This record gives sequence, C-alpha cells and structure tokens, in this order.
Amino acid sequence: MSDSASGVRRLGRLTLRTCARGLVIAVLSVVPGIPLFVASILSLPLLAVGIGIIPVPMSLLAVRRRAGQQRRLALEWSRVSIATPYRPRPHEVSNGLIGRLQRCKWLLTDPATWRDLLWILVDMPVGVALGALPAFGIVAGVVGLLSGVWLNPGHLKQLPLFLGLLLVGVFGGPRVLKAHAQFSAVLLAPTRKELDAQVGRLNESRSQAVDASAAELRRIERDLHDGAQARLVSLGMSIGLAEQVLRDDPDLALKLLAEARESSGQALTDLRHLVRGIHPPVLAERGLEGAIRALALTLPLPVDLRIELPGRPPAPVESAAYFAVAEILANVVKHSAARSAWVQLEYSQARLIAIIGDDGAGGAVPRIGGGLRGIERRLAAFDGVIAVTSPVGGPTVVTMELPCELSLART
Amino acid sequence: MRVVLGEDLTLLRDGLIRLLTAYGMEVVEAADNGPALLHALITHRPDVAVVDVRLPPTFTDEGLKAAIEARAQVPGLPVLVLSQHVEPLYARELLSGGRGGLGYLLKDRVSDVQRFIEAVRTVAGGGTAMDPEVISQLLARRARDEPLSRLTPREREVLALMAEGRTNAGISARLVVTEKAVSKHINNIFTKLDLYRGEDDNRRVLAVLTYLNA
Repeated sequence: MSDSASGVRRLGRLTLRTCARGLVIAVLSVVPGIPLFVASILSLPLLAVGIGIIPVPMSLLAVRRRAGQQRRLALEWSRVSIATPYRPRPHEVSNGLIGRLQRCKWLLTDPATWRDLLWILVDMPVGVALGALPAFGIVAGVVGLLSGVWLNPGHLKQLPLFLGLLLVGVFGGPRVLKAHAQFSAVLLAPTRKELDAQVGRLNESRSQAVDASAAELRRIERDLHDGAQARLVSLGMSIGLAEQVLRDDPDLALKLLAEARESSGQALTDLRHLVRGIHPPVLAERGLEGAIRALALTLPLPVDLRIELPGRPPAPVESAAYFAVAEILANVVKHSAARSAWVQLEYSQARLIAIIGDDGAGGAVPRIGGGLRGIERRLAAFDGVIAVTSPVGGPTVVTMELPCELSLART
Repeated sequence: MRVVLGEDLTLLRDGLIRLLTAYGMEVVEAADNGPALLHALITHRPDVAVVDVRLPPTFTDEGLKAAIEARAQVPGLPVLVLSQHVEPLYARELLSGGRGGLGYLLKDRVSDVQRFIEAVRTVAGGGTAMDPEVISQLLARRARDEPLSRLTPREREVLALMAEGRTNAGISARLVVTEKAVSKHINNIFTKLDLYRGEDDNRRVLAVLTYLNA
C-alpha cells in the first residue's frame, strides 16, 4: 500500500520536474533567443560600414553561449550528448582593431556559427511547442476531464481526447524533452566535415605531444648520464681509492673521502634540479595553488595571486599549467622590465583559466621556437589554448585555457 | 639530549639514529608516518625533533604539517625539518608558527656530520638553522624588500650566515674578518632593523626572522 503511494508521489515529482524543465526550454527559446537572433542579424550589415566589428563578435559569442547552454541541458536532462563543433580560437589574439578583425573572421568563417543562428531561429517555435507540451497536456487534460465530469456529465465524447492529453503530459514528458534535445543536436552537433577537421587537429596535437615527451625523455637520459651517474662513478672511485690507501696513507684517504662526500652532494644537487624539471616536488605536495605560491616567493618581483580553484585538476593538466605559468613568469622577469606581476587562476565552464599579467613594457612577440610556442604545444596536448596581448607600452596579459575536470579538494 | 625522529625510509632512519646516538643523543622514538609523529612529539616533548617533510600516509608534506601542528600545541618545540628539496614557502610557514628553535635543511647536509650535529644543537638551544639554499633563493628576490634594502651587501652576508645558525666566531671564520668586525656589523644590522632592546640572543633571532619573513 505504502509502496504504491510512494510510487505515485515519485511519479508526481518526476512529472512536475519534467513540466518545469519543459517550460524552462520554452522560455529560453524565446527570451534570450529572439533578442540574440535580432541583434546578430542587425549587426551583420554594420560590418559593411565598419562599426560592425564591435557588436558582431559580441552577439555571435552570446549566441554560442546560448547554444552551449542548450548542449549542457540536452546532456543533463535528456542524456543526449552534443559535441562542440567550433574551430579553435586563433592564437595570439591581440588587442585593438586587429584583434577584433581576427575575432570577426574567426566567427564568420566558421559554418557552426551559421548553424547556431539557424538553430536559434527554428528553436523559437519548436522550443516553445515541445517545451510547453508536457505542462499544457496535463493542464488541458485535467481541466477538460473535470469540466467534462462535473459541468457536462452527459457529454463524454471528448473524454478520450482529454485523457490522451493527460497521459502524454504525465508519461510522454521525458520523450518530448528528448525529442527537443535530438532536434537541437541536428543543428548544434558538428558535421562530418568538422569532425574530420577535429580528428586532424587531434592527430597533430597528439604527434606533437608524443614528440615533446620523447624529447623530454632524451633530455632526462642525457642529464642523468652526464650528471648524477658520472658523479656517482667518481664517488665510487674516490671511496675505492681511499680503501686502498687507508692503512698506508691515512691523510690521503681522508682527502679522498672528503672528495667523495663532495661528489655525493653534487650528485644530489643534479638530481634535485632534474626532479624539479620533471615534476616539482612542491607541486606533488601542495597542488597547483601551493606550487605557484612557492614559485612566486622566489621571484625577484612581487606577484599578486588570486587563485580560486574548488578542487584539483588531473595531474597532467596541473603539471602543464604549472610549467606554462612558470615559463611566462620567467619571461616577465627576463624581458618585461616589470615592477610587479599578477596571476589569476580560476575554474569556470569546465575550464582551468590562468591569466598572467605584468606592468612592464609590453611589445612581447611570440617567436618561432620561443618559449611561448613551447607552451602552446604543451597545452595543445590537452586541447588548451593560449592568447597573448602585449601592446607596446604594456601591459602584457597572457591568458590560458585548459579544459579539464576538477576532483574534490584535498584537505 | 632527547630526540624524536620522523623519517619513513628505513635506510635513512637507521642512519640518522646511528649518527645521533654516536654524538650522545638519545632517540626516544622514531615515527614513520605523520599521525604517529605528531603523537610522539606531543607525548615525549623532546629537546629537539628531526623531521622529514614527506611522510606517509599521503606522501606529501605530512611531516611538515605534523611539525607545524606540534609547535602550535607545544609552543617553542624545537624542530629541525629535513627535505630533499627546500622551499622558501615552507620556511615561512614554519616560521609563522612562533619562535623557538627551528631548522630547515636539505637532506644532503647530513653528510657533513659535524655541521649537521651543530645544527641539531643550535635548534635544540632555540636558534635557527636555515639551509643556504633557502637563503640563496631568498637573496634572488632581495631587491624588493624594504627594511633589508637599508643593509649594506656585507651586512646582508652576515645576516644570511646568522640565519644559517652560525655563531659570531663561525661568521668571522667564514668571511675572514675579526670577530670584532662581525659584532660591529651585527650591531649595525640590529639598528637598521629597529631592534634596540632585549637580550642579544633574542635580537639575533628577531633579525633572522625579519630576514626570512620579508
């Protein structure tokens, strides 16, 4: 008895939730939908007279955010996974006019932008109709049945219709929402061509990552061979010799042992530097936030830190982010003549975002083979991107984004 | 002298016990993980603790945390922290836990037995023993520190050696100057850092703290 009662309560709760979700979909398709579409369409002709370069990226990026929201809702509410089709943001987006032009070109040449707009247009009627259907079915069904039973008892011809509406509202709701998610997927998911392009990019970044890690291993091998290993050999030799002469020439033995101790100290120093380059111990001990704090303490200029991470990124992402931040701060120290710098780390929309700025002279140009290219390659392995703005006269601001999941913060 | 040891690697733990015992110290407990170390520090209240930063169960900075926590519960508990790497950040965290003997050294330093034992005794006696590596990392960023920018390069050298835990005699031997010259430098340092009153030893510690906390 109580089982069926709780079953009914559960069905009621689920139905209510489905209706609410449907109404949210209906409202979203109209309220941000119409203004976004209108703003985008109206700003495009302004490109012809030049002033469009400001509103076009703004409105098109807002459209992307709206499309992204729908992708998340489809996954969360209907388990329909819709991949992101966009082309990667151009590297080194700069400030000012050129940067805006670059952004416009990036957005306008991406077919996914136009499919987003088409989706917003079609979603206005479709979203309202499908979204409102569950709630409408239940309300109409209940009102119809009640009025049929009480006000007009003899007239029962429409009863099946109202009963059908009610059943659709209660049991068909999730199906209806799923249909809306699937409709969205048709326009919001990447096309075959875009998927191919993505695969191409992934292949490229994978082979770069493989190359980079092979080069890294070679470097470690060489460092060990020429450093710690050589020193341990000399250490063994000194001790061996000391053993030989201990009885006959204690003074020489003493000298050799002192040399041996020195070799062991140098071997340890070599190993310490090597370990720092592979994975800094403080990163293992304290995570990204602690490691960047420790790094900031050792730099010759004050670094203001604003770090808000609700958890820890996976170890490889943490390491890539740490080395990228360290490299950029090293550049600040070396080149910018800055008096202070700042680092901001945050996590938003499934991305780890690092922004590093300084009050130096600006005019930083990423060179082929320079440190920034190295960072770019390292981040590309994680689908991460980096952008530098550095107008002459400063300030230089470097922004990095790394998609990742956070695990719960360790205490 | 009663010592509590915190070190998880058997090889190093046995070596340290042998070393300390050879110099007449008594290792009352050798803990091999963070919680056991904290418990040992609080129950034994040793004359000095020698602690590895990285300990089980997390293999992160368990030892450092235990040392800081123990100093919070037993104010002034002398602790000498050992590690395979040194971070000025950790030095600062240790120092922010109040006064009293404090050391932070690279594990390599153990191989210079004489100086290591000296450092253990300095810490037990309430002094500081900072690794030259910590100090050189701090020197790299010296330019930005206000009160310390008043010191001459020579006075900074003297202060750095004081932070390592050296005596006036040790400093004079290292810099090849007379002890009198050293104490003159030290007086200048005290004046420039506004440390007028109090006993000499206390001012010494305060000067070092200014230096390391900058």
